[in-house]
Amino acid sequence: MAHPARHSAMVSVSNSAANHSNASDKQQPPQQIQHIANTGLRVPSNRKTIYDRHLNRSRNAESSRASFAFLFAEMVIYAQRRVTGIQDLEKRLNEQGYPLGLRLLDLLYYRTITSSTSSSISSSSTSAAPPNRPLRILPLLHLIHGPLWRLLFNRPADALEHSVSPDTPNEYMITDNDPLVNTYISVPKEMSMLNCAAFVAGIIEGVCDGCGFEAKVTAHNQPTEMWPGRTIFLVRFGESVMEREKVLERAGIK
Amino acid sequence: MSYYFTILSSTDVPLFNIAFGTSKGGGDGIARFRFPDTAQYMNQFIIHSSLDIVEEAQWMNGNLYLKHIDTYPPASAYISAFLAPSGARFLLLHQPPQLPSTSSTGSGSSSILGASFSASALGGGSSSRASSSSIGANPTSPQTEEAVRQFMNEVYENYVKTVMSPFYRQGMEIKSPVFRSRVTAAGRKWL
Repeated sequence: MAHPARHSAMVSVSNSAANHSNASDKQQPPQQIQHIANTGLRVPSNRKTIYDRHLNRSRNAESSRASFAFLFAEMVIYAQRRVTGIQDLEKRLNEQGYPLGLRLLDLLYYRTITSSTSSSISSSSTSAAPPNRPLRILPLLHLIHGPLWRLLFNRPADALEHSVSPDTPNEYMITDNDPLVNTYISVPKEMSMLNCAAFVAGIIEGVCDGCGFEAKVTAHNQPTEMWPGRTIFLVRFGESVMEREKVLERAGIK
Repeated sequence: MSYYFTILSSTDVPLFNIAFGTSKGGGDGIARFRFPDTAQYMNQFIIHSSLDIVEEAQWMNGNLYLKHIDTYPPASAYISAFLAPSGARFLLLHQPPQLPSTSSTGSGSSSILGASFSASALGGGSSSRASSSSIGANPTSPQTEEAVRQFMNEVYENYVKTVMSPFYRQGMEIKSPVFRSRVTAAGRKWL
């Protein structure tokens, strides 16, 4: 990075070095810049940074359900501080999940690219060897319903539906009969509307947004006799997405 | 061949940029742009002006690597794009070396001629230092596309590692010196 010589002809090189070293570094002689850059970063004793770890190493590893339940309980408690109501609490949980969705999307694709053998991640929706970015709504929802759910919960979601009402063609529903995040949460009676799977809704929202599909995702309780914890994730796509969808449909892009 | 690589967030914020030269065919890895006085800002300008085409191309095909998408003939700058699934754009500007025979006035047509000439006469430029490698001379050849694809994939791997760090938020500038050295290494390996 920091080259010892800085000729006027090498504008671009000195530019990149200057970008990376901060203002106080600039006054130092060039050979010290490198030194500072090396020591400014704290590296573990075995000199391994996150860049030395392989992203697929923990691919089949599972985290303990107990520690997840504990962590998630703490997250809910944290989100509950100074909230004005259930909607506010759900919004906060949603915001906690959102950045996770953006990250998972990159990780999911990286793992699909690098897996040479057809793994559990590649499903019918992403059968081709190099996975494609979803361009239309349906491939995106299949991505969430299948590979994303499998990455998170080790199984696909239970149902994927399109709103039947003609007034809301932009609404889709993803159903999970027994969401893992709610397994150890019992909601008090006065907060019966609350569904802590709003966190998962945030993850879905992050994935949609990352792919370029502006959407609002909310989690709703819809218990049945067999599945008392059944949750519906309502995905509402924005106006711009629906417009693009029409244009792409006319262009014949799948 | 000289390269300028930049990562833009989904909201067009520059997250990372680096300039480097080819290391293939005896290159020393130092960027020598055709117009060194203006390269610093012109490269950014050219790269950003290709964003319109990226945004058009991104809904036409679902690949992550969009290949060579734009050319700016006056500087004979070729731009290749790669889209990370979460919306970040990786853009690589590559500029083949100018052969000594072409005049340095740099009008558009002579640059194009220079590029095609250098492609046909591989290894002809005796004095140009970093030219005429296997991928160097012709920026739109399949070999170049493949090399850029490999480069992009390697950068993508490191980008995912950056993004997975809990201290990184979407849209933050990537300052890690390790990341920079990884990108430099990828450039040395493939370009």
